[in-house]
Amino acid sequence: MSYTGRFRVWRGDTDGGALQDFEVEVNEGEVVLDVLHRLQATQTPDLAVRWNCKAGKCGSCSAEIDGRPRLLCMTRMSVFGTDDVVTVTPMRTFPVIRDLVTDVSYNYAKAREVPSFTPPADLAPGEYRMQQIDVERSQEFRKCIECFLCQDTCHVVRDHEENKEAFAGPRFLMRVAELEMHPLDVADRVPAAQEEHGLGRCNITKCCTEVCPEGIKITDNALIPMKERVADRKYDPLVWLGRTISRRR
Amino acid sequence: MTETERHDYDVLVIGAGGAGLRAAIEARERGLRTAIVCKSLFGKAHTVMAEGGCAAAMGNVNSNDSWQVHFRDTMRGGKFLNSWRMAELHAKEAPDRVWELETYGALFDRTDDGRIHQRNFGGHTYPRLAHVGDRTGLELIRSLQQRIVALQQEDHAAGGDYEARLRVFAECTVTEILKDDDGAIAGAFGYWRESGRFVVFSAPAVILATGGIGKSFQVTSNSWEYTGDGHALALRAGANLVDMEFVQFHPTGMVWPPSVKGILVTEGVRGDGGVLKNSNGDRFMFGYVPDVFKGQYAQSEDEADRWYDDQENNRRTPDLLPRDEVARAINTEVKEGRGSPHGGVYLDIASRMPSEEIQRRLPSMYHQFKELADVDITAEPMEVGPTCHYVMGGIEVDPDSGRSSVPGLYAAGECASGMHGSNRLGGNSLSDLLVFGRRAGLGAAGHVESLERRPAVRDRDIAAAAATALAPFDTPSDPADAENPYTLHSELQKAMNDLVGIIRTEAEMSEALDRLGKLRERLRDVVVEGHRQYNPGWHLALDLRNMLMVGEAVATSALLRTESRGGHTRDDYPTLDPAWRRRVLVTHVTEDTDSPADDTVAPRVDVEPAERTPMREDLLALFDLEELEKYYTGGELAAHPQGGRSAP
Repeated sequence: MSYTGRFRVWRGDTDGGALQDFEVEVNEGEVVLDVLHRLQATQTPDLAVRWNCKAGKCGSCSAEIDGRPRLLCMTRMSVFGTDDVVTVTPMRTFPVIRDLVTDVSYNYAKAREVPSFTPPADLAPGEYRMQQIDVERSQEFRKCIECFLCQDTCHVVRDHEENKEAFAGPRFLMRVAELEMHPLDVADRVPAAQEEHGLGRCNITKCCTEVCPEGIKITDNALIPMKERVADRKYDPLVWLGRTISRRR
Repeated sequence: MTETERHDYDVLVIGAGGAGLRAAIEARERGLRTAIVCKSLFGKAHTVMAEGGCAAAMGNVNSNDSWQVHFRDTMRGGKFLNSWRMAELHAKEAPDRVWELETYGALFDRTDDGRIHQRNFGGHTYPRLAHVGDRTGLELIRSLQQRIVALQQEDHAAGGDYEARLRVFAECTVTEILKDDDGAIAGAFGYWRESGRFVVFSAPAVILATGGIGKSFQVTSNSWEYTGDGHALALRAGANLVDMEFVQFHPTGMVWPPSVKGILVTEGVRGDGGVLKNSNGDRFMFGYVPDVFKGQYAQSEDEADRWYDDQENNRRTPDLLPRDEVARAINTEVKEGRGSPHGGVYLDIASRMPSEEIQRRLPSMYHQFKELADVDITAEPMEVGPTCHYVMGGIEVDPDSGRSSVPGLYAAGECASGMHGSNRLGGNSLSDLLVFGRRAGLGAAGHVESLERRPAVRDRDIAAAAATALAPFDTPSDPADAENPYTLHSELQKAMNDLVGIIRTEAEMSEALDRLGKLRERLRDVVVEGHRQYNPGWHLALDLRNMLMVGEAVATSALLRTESRGGHTRDDYPTLDPAWRRRVLVTHVTEDTDSPADDTVAPRVDVEPAERTPMREDLLALFDLEELEKYYTGGELAAHPQGGRSAP
């Protein structure tokens, strides 16, 4: 079944832009990215869209569809009525480069600020032993395809450019949690989560979890447990006593 | 004209998939200033799509496994055309490369005793694939990416600059390799996708790790990046390609809905118990075990099903034959009218294990079918059919160092050749990337360290590369001749898919070459709209010249090989011909000084046969004479310890 779909796509660059209306053929089984590709092939050959695998595995084609952060390749046209106008805009949290392509370098900068995996110094390659049940929590976080939709939707940075410096965002707070929960990582990551990566700014509204195309429970499984570890460390009377004593020495 | 951006490095790696990243890590760890250039964002390369796992004979699940068994499986899978030295190095070094990933932070699925779990896969005698559910490629690329970040953090701690010795140039496309007056590698020319501005890299060593060529075909599991860039760059730089007729069609791609046709369905579905069925409900693979594999596979469904739990006393299911065999079988079933409604066959795992088990073992597949096809794979069978997946052919390299015939030019991963022979086994790609990525990094580092002076790029080459890159913005003399790059691309894909696809004939391939020749002429008049800033039409116009050269290499090679072997099936020459086993086909650019001007855009290619070096005796002795006789001519087996017949 084919029909003529109505699309409204943001076009522009760093100097500004506007929504443009298009009428374009839509076929059974297609996703929004298919329709944008048809626009490129038939009406707007220079429409800028970032994409790669077209199978929800690489996290390149992030954008906002009717205002909601989504992967263009995993949004089926069947979720819309044939009369609906489908509005496609670039991710709002990141600066536009052109059309639907944004500058996501913020995320790569934040990735570098998280200290890397630190294995025990005396453990040789091939000697790693871990139980499945112990790796599963971090494995959930490693399902992340780095689409940055959680970063895009997070209200701490979405309309607050000024917070970007002090806030790693859900993706990289989850990376801290992933390493903290790695059975063989020996680094202490709890103080930095709060002090350097801005965990305290997260007020667990779970928007990140809602938009995650991989279904990772970012808030419940990564952010809240990290917050608990921070709280334990800060307010646990035994930890407080131990610290005070060691400071006296 | 503004001044062109310039950078100076010791080693330039083109491509940021598994091979490129592993090569860059090695070069940087050797202390060399290293740059990685990639067309996409860092961490998005095609490796991310690999699902099933990474083959390495660690013996964690079955302790009978060893490098010798892995080596034998690889040679059988490639129908003995492989570079035996690469297959040997690969089988020996893969376990170390996997264990190394754990030191980078990789978290593979575990065995009960806490080691890396390994799964069954087509053509592998024992459970051999290290995996993380069905998203192993993501784990691999993320681990390498995070290792690169760790190295950058070391440099930052030492001198305050993350990019002092290792920098990623993301969304940057290389269009030409640059050489000096003596023909040695001097650097590369490219453009930033974002701005369209040109960039020149000076480097005495270039490692090509650009992956495959799938975007030359209509139905493919490959992304837009797979336009054969490394293959074409190497050809234009004067290096050779080998084995270009061998293109792997993965037996199980999605067939419906049309917009997802070709997207991969992991072999892990079959490795974990899924079976192929035709429209009659028959497990048809039992009828397709070829003579060379007779006796190695189960002959009844009962035996096949027992094998999953007891591998000592049963033979494996023919659902796990090498990919070329399964793809041909599916093709035949569909052709003979036993296909599924959308032109595939059924892949059934729903009836073979509980729903939760399927979701735990194959979460991405569950997700992919649910989201893209409205199919619940825990309740109903999938519809699958062959899809262009991998090219065995690629740049001719020295097995130990990844060195090509051009001084300073190296290659690793899918764009290199030899390792997989005529057909790659599933799981051998991720390990290939790690083993030969590292070796190419070492090879390039050694080359740079041995140099007395650094080759210099030539200004006239830079000017020529810039002119070629800008040509699509010029309107042809008659504007009515203007060609749309999207149209040319879709015609090229159709020609390759329909005429040089899974089953080939002389007439169709000649027709394909004819069509490619016409496309070559039309490419001259390709015109793009808009400006240079993030312009996908322009990017495609420049990629087309690579796809065209690669398409001609594939079709010309395929026409010459008058037999069927692995990823090359001829309807007019349907059997394996032992006389062809040691012969490889070498592609190089036509040396014709009178070429017309458009041939500098996409130079024409010639293909010639050459001989593969005979296998070392100790490796030959790993096989039974009886098995080798199915592949070799009598005279070649004189050296076998079981007393092969002496040369006539």
